[in-house]
Amino acid sequence: MSKVLVYEKSFLTTGVILLILCLGALVYATLAMGIHLPGRAGILDPARLNSTPPFDQPGVRQTGPNAYEVVVRAYAFGYEPSEIRVPAGAEITFVGSSRDVIHGFNIEGTRINMMLIPGQVSKNVYTFKEPGEHLLICHEYCGVGHHFMHGKVIAE
Amino acid sequence: MSATTTTAAATVLNPAGFQLPERQLRALRWTIYIGYLALTAGIFHGLAQALSYADIDILKFFPFLRSYYQGLTAHGVANVIVFTFSFSNAFLPLLVARAFARKLNEGLLWASLGALALGNMLLIYSIASGKASVLYTSYAPLQAHVTFYLGVVLVVVSTWLALANMLVVYVSWRKENPGLRIPLLAFVCLTSYLMWFLASLPDAVNLLAFLIPWSVGWLEKTDPLLNRTLFWFTGHAIVYAWLLPAYVSWYLLIPKQVGGRIISDSLTRFVFILFLLLSIPTGFHHQYTDPGISQGMKFVHAILTFGVFFPSLATAFSVAASLEMGGRNHGGRGLLGWIKKLPWSNPSVLAQLLAMIAFVFGGITGLINASYTMNQVIHNTTWIPGHFHMTVGSAVALTLVGVAYWLIPYLTGRKLWNTRLALVSSWTYFVGVLIFARGMADAGLHGMPRRIYRVQAGYNNIEWDLGGVLTGIGGSLMFVGLLLFFVIIAMTIFFGKKGGAPRDIPWSETLTAPKLSGWEVRYDNLKLWVAVAIVLILIAYGPFFLGMYSPNFVSPGFKFF
Repeated sequence: MSKVLVYEKSFLTTGVILLILCLGALVYATLAMGIHLPGRAGILDPARLNSTPPFDQPGVRQTGPNAYEVVVRAYAFGYEPSEIRVPAGAEITFVGSSRDVIHGFNIEGTRINMMLIPGQVSKNVYTFKEPGEHLLICHEYCGVGHHFMHGKVIAE
Repeated sequence: MSATTTTAAATVLNPAGFQLPERQLRALRWTIYIGYLALTAGIFHGLAQALSYADIDILKFFPFLRSYYQGLTAHGVANVIVFTFSFSNAFLPLLVARAFARKLNEGLLWASLGALALGNMLLIYSIASGKASVLYTSYAPLQAHVTFYLGVVLVVVSTWLALANMLVVYVSWRKENPGLRIPLLAFVCLTSYLMWFLASLPDAVNLLAFLIPWSVGWLEKTDPLLNRTLFWFTGHAIVYAWLLPAYVSWYLLIPKQVGGRIISDSLTRFVFILFLLLSIPTGFHHQYTDPGISQGMKFVHAILTFGVFFPSLATAFSVAASLEMGGRNHGGRGLLGWIKKLPWSNPSVLAQLLAMIAFVFGGITGLINASYTMNQVIHNTTWIPGHFHMTVGSAVALTLVGVAYWLIPYLTGRKLWNTRLALVSSWTYFVGVLIFARGMADAGLHGMPRRIYRVQAGYNNIEWDLGGVLTGIGGSLMFVGLLLFFVIIAMTIFFGKKGGAPRDIPWSETLTAPKLSGWEVRYDNLKLWVAVAIVLILIAYGPFFLGMYSPNFVSPGFKFF
């Protein structure tokens, strides 16, 4: 019986150390590698989305020497703009919001993965290392046309 | 490790046996039948979904269905809300009654069944009429008919009534037995549903204060982020509400079924207390990719989610130790020889052993989901259903299948029909779910979104094809496995041989008796642990609701279905 307790203790200790190491890796990814989750980036009225800056002018604009902002409006069942062209190697800030229900904003093959919730502004930063074409997919159920809702992001 | 040299202790009050009166058993039977019927009803669309990912459209054979998403709503609601809670509503009170050797409260028993049945009728009406194709998560501002939300409320109320029943039995027992420890079997059932009661409150507020008034027009606009946050406040703990009844079986019943014992009374209590404390303050890890919630709050929940992994690690050890004890008692030798000696030909044991194996992968994929920034790789891709079909879809579903193989005979007095077919059913499902989950995980890592009608989708990626085909093959096997289960249970109920059924539930002994003095007695202070759980919840959610969250009631309802 006492042997079981020893085994148990070492099993659980190993487990806890492993969990702590995993958490450490996540802290490293965030602080040292600069990989972030979306956070709080402002609220708005989705009924007035089309006239609320920056969503009054959807599309790509340059914000710095090698920095761009991409503003996207989502609706059932599409994105404005539906085709986005950005330079590879530049720092791209994606800003999105929805004017009706919850939509998804997932650029396949990247870690840009956000929920677009009506009333909230979603924002995250990414750099395409290589030129290429990526699907922009709505990955939250938004109604009967959900599986048609997509766009395209081209890094060039 | 020899079990014969130590004194064993019963985890129930009366080892000689206790039977509930037939009227009460009848209520429990019907509660459970609702659950298994819901499981069976849900898998038909499950098959359609799996085949859709493999580019095969069988929805034309479902003429009564208006859309893929109507079926997907039915699949989710039937298989994770109705099936799981119907089972627990019967299973946990039955075990509590057995542990205390006392009858249940008959009024509460029938009230719970009544709420469950009425809730189901409302859910069936709202979903079948096409007025609630909002999926089981029902994110506002997609707006379902009010009967959908009322149906969910009634199912939740039925779980509260089941808990009330267990508490009534406990309190009346406690009055007559002030100095005794709570029998372990009753303790784990009580903590499981106490956790769920606390966990259910945020979504109850969401439904009663927001979604229901909003769906009938009393509240013009709602705040989708608030609704989503309240949903996930309940929504992570809900997976533990599904899982803990399976753990009850693994900890307390399986050792008996394999000829082993529970290794530690106090460790078992400790683990269930940890689940009570840590299951709830973890909800933001479902909202890592959401706007409007600070990264700091998300990271606090990431740490707490890693924390709730600890009691599951302890469970892996305890349950494996009990199994090993059983295997060695049957003559198993060597490091792994005991595994062969486990009763694999007992259908109840087999289903649950397979459930445990699948859960190893379910746990690992879950840890990946919880991993903060890494979540961005897989959030809302098919990786997620790949993951949860190995947790709720295996650890829970296969365990509940395994339990049915002794519980249905116990409740009906009829012998299980066709043991061999029951073994085939579990193996088929198990192999199926592993192939299915592998496919979903693979396609998900390539970005295939979950919850899409892929056959008809307006876009595609050839990297999803292999994963899609595996999903279709695995899903078909899962469907066949559960259909066989349904046939076996139906045949047992109607044509099973009378007699030859178990007379008692398979409760196990612990290696050592619980201590009657010292600090361990505090484990039984349920009020204390509920209070600590509430404090932890306030710490984890208080800063968000009190300071960081800005209410934004801007959304009318949309019915895009």
